[in-house]
Amino acid sequence: MSSSLPHTKKVEVRFTVNGAERTVLVYPMERLLDVLREECRLTGTKEGCGEGECGSCSVLFDDVLANSCLIPVLQANGARIVTIEGLAENEHLHPLQQAFLECGAAQCGICTPGMILAAVELLKKTPRPNLEEIREGLSGNLCRCTGYVQIFEAVAKAAGVELAR
Amino acid sequence: MRADPAVYDLVAPPTLTDALALIANEPTQWTPIAGGTDLMVLYSAGKLSPRKLLSLKGYRELREILATPSELAIGASTTYSDIRRHPVIRNEFPLLARAASWTGGIANQNCGTLGGNIANASPAGDSLPVLLVYNADLLLISARGQRLIPYSTFHTGYKKSILAPDELIHSIILNRAAKIGMRHYVKKVGARNAQAISKVYLAAVGRNFNGRANSIRLAAGSVGPTPIRLIKSEQALEGISLLNDPLALASKVLAEEIAPIDDIRSTARYRSIVLRNLLGEFLGMLAHPVMP
Repeated sequence: MSSSLPHTKKVEVRFTVNGAERTVLVYPMERLLDVLREECRLTGTKEGCGEGECGSCSVLFDDVLANSCLIPVLQANGARIVTIEGLAENEHLHPLQQAFLECGAAQCGICTPGMILAAVELLKKTPRPNLEEIREGLSGNLCRCTGYVQIFEAVAKAAGVELAR
Repeated sequence: MRADPAVYDLVAPPTLTDALALIANEPTQWTPIAGGTDLMVLYSAGKLSPRKLLSLKGYRELREILATPSELAIGASTTYSDIRRHPVIRNEFPLLARAASWTGGIANQNCGTLGGNIANASPAGDSLPVLLVYNADLLLISARGQRLIPYSTFHTGYKKSILAPDELIHSIILNRAAKIGMRHYVKKVGARNAQAISKVYLAAVGRNFNGRANSIRLAAGSVGPTPIRLIKSEQALEGISLLNDPLALASKVLAEEIAPIDDIRSTARYRSIVLRNLLGEFLGMLAHPVMP
């Protein structure tokens, strides 16, 4: 890299990810997405667009859905982060993961972790959503394979609701 | 090309007072970053020119929504999600709650802030025309003190504002005075509901007073270098019979006070025509009594 520019010092940032405390030594403007994937080796969090449009990098950040590509890691100091790897309990998939599996809601799989985390947030706020609410809850997550129908069905299945057609 | 994080600095002073002291001592050196939904997009694309950033995340006093009988003060770091669920905003300033629901998807609403939307000063910011029709004031703070300004005076040109280099937006103040019979209208025309930036945007409030337009306030987005209050159109409409094609009367004035351009999202011609249609829709709504 160009040596003429002054380099910033790395700083210690502490957060919990999937219940485990982590301390990382990073540049403060590194993206949380990159730190999760490269420092924490949690590669379930995907990069799609890298500009907050596609939702592939979604994580739960202090209990709310956030795009980890838009979070400078210094802002994660003290935060509680949950990634897709933190949803299953031992061998038991989260009900949303199980429903995605059963409904064929994943094809290439790049959007799936973010879709599932967006659905986790949706069902936390709206445990029995209708189709409109599911569509809105997932509107920040783009899928280029499934056409969304199986994804909406999977969320409805996990929530135990029937989708009116 | 992706940005190199090693050449950027970001600091998070422990308190707001510390943050104000930093920008007082080194004005113009630091660029505030709150929710990151604008600046981090530029950063990811390798296009963020400021190299020293000041995080405003985590200052509780900037994320409070305080209601008194006469006013609502919305902290600048209040997120769109906070705005969407706040009962006073939903009841008394419904256009703001709706604009918040259109801003990005859920993840961006959880991070993006109202103060950030104002400071970023995009002519397409979804909440900005709404703040104009609600006659919002801004409380600006610095180590020197504070000042209250009408939001309508904040933007001075494309991405330019009166914010001094050592100042931050503290809160957005809305007047809660009773708005009996006031109708609220907002429409965003974009390629898609979520995540899409508007091509044309109209926010409007007004009353039908004995069949005449009354207390009309109009503001538009994406039809000029800043969000604009349509003062001349408001004046042209005030007191006009709502049953007598008020749009015909207002549309000439409207065309004169906007400055739409051709860009990647739309054309000047489309924007002018659609804005006129939106105004027509609002006036049509106003002409008809409120459904029980």
